[in-house]
Amino acid sequence: MVKQSKVYYWMALPAFLVFFIFHTVPVFQGMMYSFTNYKGYGDFNFVGLKNYINLFQDQRILASYGFTFKFAIVSTLLVNIISLAIAMGLNAKIKFRNTLRAVFFVPNILSVLIVGFIFNYLFAFFIPQIAEKLGITSLTQNILGNPDLAWVGIVIVAVWQAVAFNTILYLAGLQTIPTELYEAASLDGAGKWKSFIHITFPLIASFFTINMVLAMKNFLMVFDHIIAMTNGGPGQSTEAISVLIYKGGFSGGEFAYQAANSVIYFILIVVISVLQIKFLQKREVDM
Amino acid sequence: MESKKVNWPITILLILCSLVILFPLYLTIVTAFKSPDEMSKSLLSLPNKLRWGNFTEAIHLTNFFQSFKNSFIVTIFTVAFTLLTNSMVAYAIARNMHKRLFKFLYYYFVSAMFVPFPIIMLPVVKQTSLFGLNNMTGLIFLYIVYGLAFNIFIYVGYIRSIPQSLEEAAYVDGASTWTVFWKVIFPLLSPINATVGILTCLWAWNDFMLPLVILSDRDSMTLPLVQYVFQSQFTTNYNLAFASYLMALSPMILVYIVAQKWIISGVTKGAVK
Repeated sequence: MVKQSKVYYWMALPAFLVFFIFHTVPVFQGMMYSFTNYKGYGDFNFVGLKNYINLFQDQRILASYGFTFKFAIVSTLLVNIISLAIAMGLNAKIKFRNTLRAVFFVPNILSVLIVGFIFNYLFAFFIPQIAEKLGITSLTQNILGNPDLAWVGIVIVAVWQAVAFNTILYLAGLQTIPTELYEAASLDGAGKWKSFIHITFPLIASFFTINMVLAMKNFLMVFDHIIAMTNGGPGQSTEAISVLIYKGGFSGGEFAYQAANSVIYFILIVVISVLQIKFLQKREVDM
Repeated sequence: MESKKVNWPITILLILCSLVILFPLYLTIVTAFKSPDEMSKSLLSLPNKLRWGNFTEAIHLTNFFQSFKNSFIVTIFTVAFTLLTNSMVAYAIARNMHKRLFKFLYYYFVSAMFVPFPIIMLPVVKQTSLFGLNNMTGLIFLYIVYGLAFNIFIYVGYIRSIPQSLEEAAYVDGASTWTVFWKVIFPLLSPINATVGILTCLWAWNDFMLPLVILSDRDSMTLPLVQYVFQSQFTTNYNLAFASYLMALSPMILVYIVAQKWIISGVTKGAVK
């Protein structure tokens, strides 16, 4: 076998090389550009930390971080609550389980962008029409056109789509719990809520960790939803960080500036993911 | 026993919840078949006659078959080459984790999962146009390369659970490492290949961001990108837009209807790993 171990290098090293060129090099290029005044074309000079200093004073940048975090936190919580509830329902003794499971998973296979377009129309025509009939004046306008409410519309679509995947994951977790445990608990006089707190939740803690981390990371990168529904508007009220990088970097002549923004964004995502994993794993052990 | 009984309240509750999923799809279908006049009467009612004209018009306007072909080619090639290459890289790593270099490679690839695409988007776009990869070939290539991070993670986990005795038997018979991989290991990877294949397929088919920033030529656009490009022309005619959306969504829906169980179990396995 010793003779053949060279083959292993031929199997792995080309992939390393390609990955390095197309993934790692761009990471470092981005960092390099973040210290320049590059516009995306033409000459450039190194400007030190100027981009970073400007970032922290730029209202548009700060607003995009505010929006992205508000959106990500609310959506992560909603998705996890709803998908855990649905998964528990699907795990109960119900009829049509396979059909229902299949239906709840459908959003996961659909293009987020097109789903966004479809909901656009729901918000623009359908909901106002219903609201008018029911006399709810606050909803007779398209909520995506309202700077204070547009983010809610995006949360709705994001949650509608993401619940599918998390439900399936929670369901897989719930199916690992032996039913005898519940039977024993109910013999001991534990109610539904008690057995949820003391049996279900601790036993699916690792699934909870995965779901929270994945959902948060995905929502922090929200892009397709926004492009489909508001394009960052009205005004700049729903401009997520990735949308701002895209717009400013490609058409705003802010290549270097948005590269600096990407570096900060990257650091934040790493820090949050690591903290979340640490915190939630600690709780897993405690329970 | 009580627990053997069907829990009807929960069944009914879940059926009501599933309407939240089905309703937008229902609306998409009925809208796609209506005329603007019908819409102004009622958004919800069934169309009084199926207007296939919406579809022929949408096909004509967006050059549907071209973008369908593009999405199809991109997805097929991405899935095929991802399965063939990523599994091989993972095999080399999984069987050499005791060596420092391969251990480094494992953590190198896996840690890249923390680097979301928007962060490298700006330099990547410059790079792809420099290398002449701002086309479908480049798109396929980047999907295969960027898939490595996640796929190595799940392939390595799976390969390490396969006992090495099988390979050793083949080596005794004089097989080379290549032969062992393709003839012994690769067939054993079918369950995890299914998972990687399904996840890669969903990604390549539905992805919008990478095509948006990489593809410049209208003839090479994928289905989601085309919906985006035609958005401004669609706003005047929702029926046309929805016919187009429905056509863009339906290939994946049809695949899902046929392979639903398989897809759900594949996705679950990938996530639980």
